[in-house]
Amino acid sequence: MDLDRVGYDIVMVGTSWGGLAALRTLVAGLPEEFGMAVTIVQHRHKDSDHLLRQLLQESSPLTVCEIEDKMPIEHGRIYVAPPDYHTLVEPGYFSLSTEAPVRYSRPSIDVAFGSAADSYTHRAVGVMLTGANADGAEGLRLISDRGGLAFVQDPATAESPMMPRAAARAVPRARVMALPEIVRFLAELPAGAPEREDA
Amino acid sequence: MAVPVTGEESLPGAPYHYNPDLERLEIELLLEGVFRHYGFDFRSYAYASIRRRLWKRVEGEGLRNISALQARILHDPEAMERLLLDLSVNVTAMFRDPSFYREFRERVVPLLRTYPFIRIWHAGCSTGEEVFSMAILLEEEGLYDRARLYATDINDVVLQRAKQGIFPLDRMQEYTENYLRAGGKRSFSEYYTAKYDGAIFSPSLTRNIVFSQHNLVTDRSFSEFHVIFCRNVLIYFDRELQNHVHALFYDSLVMFGVLALGSKETLKFSQYESCYEKLSPTEKIYRKVN
Repeated sequence: MDLDRVGYDIVMVGTSWGGLAALRTLVAGLPEEFGMAVTIVQHRHKDSDHLLRQLLQESSPLTVCEIEDKMPIEHGRIYVAPPDYHTLVEPGYFSLSTEAPVRYSRPSIDVAFGSAADSYTHRAVGVMLTGANADGAEGLRLISDRGGLAFVQDPATAESPMMPRAAARAVPRARVMALPEIVRFLAELPAGAPEREDA
Repeated sequence: MAVPVTGEESLPGAPYHYNPDLERLEIELLLEGVFRHYGFDFRSYAYASIRRRLWKRVEGEGLRNISALQARILHDPEAMERLLLDLSVNVTAMFRDPSFYREFRERVVPLLRTYPFIRIWHAGCSTGEEVFSMAILLEEEGLYDRARLYATDINDVVLQRAKQGIFPLDRMQEYTENYLRAGGKRSFSEYYTAKYDGAIFSPSLTRNIVFSQHNLVTDRSFSEFHVIFCRNVLIYFDRELQNHVHALFYDSLVMFGVLALGSKETLKFSQYESCYEKLSPTEKIYRKVN
C-alpha cells in the first residue's frame, strides 16, 4: 500500500464496553492538527450519558462531539456514536437509525464500519481495539476490501483479546500492532482533501 | 457487487470490484420504480439506511443484486409488501428515553392543562409503543379524557399491529423499568394482562387514540395540533425531506404548540430552528413561537 499517494478522510474506531482506557490512549496521541475525522463506536449501555464524550475530551486537544442526526463530518474532530442507535456514515455527514440491533448491539460496529466503507471506500481507515465479542470483524473486512486501511490492536496486548482476534482473522491484510504503534501510524497518515457534502 | 454487512455467511476473501456509483444508480432506479408503480416515495430517504434495508431484502428474497430486487417487486406485489415492512419497521420501546417522559411531565403537561381539549399527533407511530406510553402518561396526569391522540404511519401492517396493543411479554421488565424512571405513578402491571407470550394492554387505553394511515412525504396536514411527536422518524430522511416535513409540522401546530423530536435529532441542521424555542435544556422538546 502506497501511503504517500493515498489520502484518508475518516478513521473508524471500534471497541466494546471496557475500551475506555484504550480510547483515551488513542485520542491523547492524535495531534492538534490531525487532518481526518475520527468516529468512535463503543458498545455501551443504552442509557449511558455524555460521560464518554467528556472523558475523551479531557484527554484530547481535538474537539469531541456526540453524534446527532445529519451532523456534518469535519476533519480534525472526534465523533462519538450515541448509545441505542446505529450510526451510519454518509458522504460528509452522519445519519442515525433505530433498526434492530445487529448481533445484540446498537450501535453495531459492523454497521458503522460497513457504511463508512461504502461511503468513503479507499479513503476510510478502520481500527479494532479491545473487546469481548466478534462485532466489527465484518465491517473491518469491508473497509479493507474497498481499499481502505485496517488496523487491529495486537490481541496479546489488548485487555480483552476476542474482538481484535476475530478482526485479525477476518482481515488477513490488517496491520496488527500494539496500541501506541497504531496511534503513531494514524498520526502520520496523509489526510485527504476536505470533503464537500454530497460531492 | 456489494455485500451487506449483516450477512452471516462468509464474504469473498479477495478484494472485489465495488462500484458505488453503479450501486447508487440501481438503488435510484428501484426507488423510482416503487414510486411510479406503487406510489410510495422513498426517493429522499437517508441513503445509507435505505441501502442496508434493500440489501437485507435482496438477501431475504434469495437474490443477488438490487436490480434483481427491482424486477421482483415490480412484478410481485407481495414482495413489495415485504419490502415495505423492511423499510418501515424500527425497533423501539415503551417509555424509550425515560428522561424524555419526565421532562414532558414537568414542562409540557402544565401547558396542556390550560387547554380544554388537546389534540396530539404521533407522526410515524410504527408499532405503537410511544402512543401507548403517552396514553398512560396522560391518564395518570388526569388529562386523557380531554385528549385525542392521532397515531399515523405510512405502513398499514404496523398500524394494525399497533391497534391491537399487544407487546412482547419478554420486554415488560425493561418497559417497567423505563416506566418507573419516566415518573410513572402506579404499578406498570396494572395496564396489561399477560397471555401466552404477549402483554395485552387495557383496551381503555385506546379509547382516545385514532389510528390512521398517513404519508409524511406526500400527504398534507389533517388538523391543528397542540403537540406533535415525531421521534426517530426524521432520521430516515435526507435533509431536504426533513425540511419538507418540518414545514408540514410547522403548519400543523397551533401557536405555542409543542414539537417533540428524538433525543439525537435536532432542529439545528434544519431551516426551522428560528421558529421554535427550547422547552427543555436536556430533551428535544420545542415550542412554536413564531
